[in-house]
Amino acid sequence: MLTVSIMDLIMFDAQRQGRLSFYMVSAGEEGIAVGSAAALHPSDVIFAQYRETGVFAQRGFTLDDFMNQLFANRHDPGLGRNMPVHYGSSRLHIHTISSPLATQIPHAAGAAYALKMQALQNPNEDPRVVACYFGEGAASEGDFHAALNIAATRSCPVVFICRNNGYAISTPTLEQYRGDGIASRGLGYGIDTIRVDGNDILAVYEATREARARALEHGGRPVLIEAMSYRVSHHSTSDDSFAYRARVEVEDWKRRDNPITRLRKWMEGKGLWDEEREKAERSRIRKEILAAFARAEKEKRPALRNLWEGVYEEVTEEAEAQIGEMKRVLKEYESEYDVSDFEGGVDGLDRKK
Amino acid sequence: MGLANDFGSERVFNTPLSEQGIVGFAIGAALEGMKPIAEIQFADYVYPAFDQLVNEAAKVRYRAGATDMHAGGLVVRMPMGGVGHGALYHSQSPESLFTHIPGLRVVVPRSPIQAKGLLLASIACNDPVVFLEPKILYRAAVEQVPTEAYTLPLSKAEVLKEGNDVTLISYGTPLYNCSTAIAAAERDFGISVELIDLRTIYPWDRPTILSSVNKTGRAIVVHESMINSGVGAEVAATIQEGAFLRLEAPVQRVAGWSTHMGLMYEKFNIPDVVRIYDAIRKVVNY
Repeated sequence: MLTVSIMDLIMFDAQRQGRLSFYMVSAGEEGIAVGSAAALHPSDVIFAQYRETGVFAQRGFTLDDFMNQLFANRHDPGLGRNMPVHYGSSRLHIHTISSPLATQIPHAAGAAYALKMQALQNPNEDPRVVACYFGEGAASEGDFHAALNIAATRSCPVVFICRNNGYAISTPTLEQYRGDGIASRGLGYGIDTIRVDGNDILAVYEATREARARALEHGGRPVLIEAMSYRVSHHSTSDDSFAYRARVEVEDWKRRDNPITRLRKWMEGKGLWDEEREKAERSRIRKEILAAFARAEKEKRPALRNLWEGVYEEVTEEAEAQIGEMKRVLKEYESEYDVSDFEGGVDGLDRKK
Repeated sequence: MGLANDFGSERVFNTPLSEQGIVGFAIGAALEGMKPIAEIQFADYVYPAFDQLVNEAAKVRYRAGATDMHAGGLVVRMPMGGVGHGALYHSQSPESLFTHIPGLRVVVPRSPIQAKGLLLASIACNDPVVFLEPKILYRAAVEQVPTEAYTLPLSKAEVLKEGNDVTLISYGTPLYNCSTAIAAAERDFGISVELIDLRTIYPWDRPTILSSVNKTGRAIVVHESMINSGVGAEVAATIQEGAFLRLEAPVQRVAGWSTHMGLMYEKFNIPDVVRIYDAIRKVVNY
């Protein structure tokens, strides 16, 4: 949680300085991401929305992994194609984040069905679940309805985790729904549901641990968790949230109820933490983030050919013709295009050996 | 028929009535390495799943980059095209909407042998495939189909009949009307027409079409769906770019009119033998 919150501050400022194009912080919601991820098995499959940096951090996404993606350099697994914060990792079994909201929710149901089928085919392997994160705004999309219904009828081992932070950009929940939050809908689909205090990492952990166990019972079934929290931060670097909510409301939440402060107090009570350790740890994390930041920022961009690669498994005849045409234009109008930042420059358009 | 009995209810099953759910669910299964074959009851009802197909299935390999996570195992089958009385929502041919989406393969077979070979190739293919089945041929087209598995190549057009004076390009149901019109035109005008089945509408076989038109100098594209921004527009534009010096007449597009499929008007809306014959006459006499 500390790593996420410190990285958020540094990267938010970096965006303000124009050093990266975009950023989204997790402030106030670190407990949901880290607490739930800790209760999953490392081989469980995860689908995220975009405000789950803590899930990646908990699973072992390194600071270099974060920075390479944020700066879209040649080490970015997304090959410089995605906006910042759209992380993904096959090693960690987390599917790459996409911007369209809620589309990942039916994916999670289908992926969970795949895991269930694979478990039937390989009874010696440990059964796995899928965890799927989304906000309370995304839950208004049709894909939420489609996903929960099909997950229930096909008995899919999936844990749906809704982060209810009170706002979808500028829209408060009063204008998002009139029922009893998201949790009340789970029962309508025949899905076991629980609401937890999202700022209490131990409650989130416990609920997710139990949800995972239940998701694997009776040949598989979905479980819905609604974690209540508050989006302390702006929606993104493109949003000034004080245009639609009072500063005092945000300051109240920061002071009164914060997942990091609450865990810190609990640890101090147990004699596991103190002011000195807090200071040392914050300073260590900050230094490591800045070092990774500096490494990533000076790396080259991926090769230009990546504009076409990956659309299909193989580059098509039509695309090869377009790559040839782009190469001609870049050479003909050399002074108009600076390709020195990209690996291999113009030759980065050539087919990989 | 019988697949659920043969292979079990875990592999062949009903879903709730939700197209976005069906395609989203199938994408998720494909993302975990399965080979889901999803069905949309009619192509006319694929639009609720458009977001999942365009923003997710088509883009997931690209955005996942070096992680190599993709939905290439996915095939979405859907019945398409006119059936005589399907009206607005049981007649549509939405293929050109998908040909505008890099990342999707769009396939339309013309016959039972083609349907089996192209479908097995689509399932084997590591890219998501939208497989449109001309439903008027479901019971009409009968031919001997090998019972064993075989595949036909994707993105490869097939020259059904060689000719020297006109190239006629089509796919799916209209190919049968094309054959009839060609027979009449060849008899009446003393010419020979080359007939090509595109088979894969995207990514399509540009070299085969261009080499044919560079031989014949005249081209006609025929499809059921409306003419505006249809497949014919892309084919015609590619021809004028790749065979400009050989063209002896403007490329003709014989297609559905830019309207909806009103129940009573279908036979005036779908390219029939007369309109195809007339287009051949136009390019020959130009």
